[in-house]
Amino acid sequence: MSDMDMEDDGSGIVKKFMFLNRKAPHGTVYALEGLEVVLITAAFDQDVSLVFTDDGVYQLMKGIDTKGIEVKDFSKTYRALEGYDIEKLYVDKTSMDARGLTEEDLIVDVTVLSDDEMKNLMEEQDVVISF
Amino acid sequence: MQFGILVNEGPYNHQASDSAYLFARTAIEKGHKVPRVFFYHDGVNNSTRMGEPPQDDRNVTARWSKLAEEHGIDLVVCVAAALRRGIKDELLAPGFRISGLGQLVEMGIQYDRLVTFGD
Repeated sequence: MSDMDMEDDGSGIVKKFMFLNRKAPHGTVYALEGLEVVLITAAFDQDVSLVFTDDGVYQLMKGIDTKGIEVKDFSKTYRALEGYDIEKLYVDKTSMDARGLTEEDLIVDVTVLSDDEMKNLMEEQDVVISF
Repeated sequence: MQFGILVNEGPYNHQASDSAYLFARTAIEKGHKVPRVFFYHDGVNNSTRMGEPPQDDRNVTARWSKLAEEHGIDLVVCVAAALRRGIKDELLAPGFRISGLGQLVEMGIQYDRLVTFGD
């Protein structure tokens, strides 16, 4: 276990945090820096859900190769999320369909949600942070 | 109500910091509390005192500093995002401090609402 697991705000409160990943993995820094917040939130023992929607679904695509654009490839981090007890990964079916993607195109196991199911999941959350 | 505010964009290029400031000021005027504002992504660029906008424009950073002084707001700049962009302790405007992402997570845990400003 890393020392990040020792984080504690002292309150013992556990809230439901949803991270809404809406942007392509590269082109802007949101996906990379957003992932940092996800890991820290898990280290605070909060109830973390990750949603990939809009171009955010591209973050989980197989075969990402960043050599040509000379930036860091952080896609391996998504496969390591389980080690941080982050197991609730959702993608939105509408976004997948619009981009011609299926679960077989993704590097991790996800739950595919309809718009209604996504709406219900969002309503259950205490905190929604969008990147 | 206690509001935490997250600012994800730099000053002038984007309205996020202006909107966050106006939201914070108005919330306080209405009797709410804004104990902390967290600056992430290019939002860390709001914290530098090196900026010199033209006289006839608002000074985004100075406005945050003033609001923080008047109402005891904790202006926190993410250390990793700051280092990446060349923001250092010695460049900070009054009221800003550099700390970790844990300060952002704490706002989500402890406050009634966390409001994000950015794209």
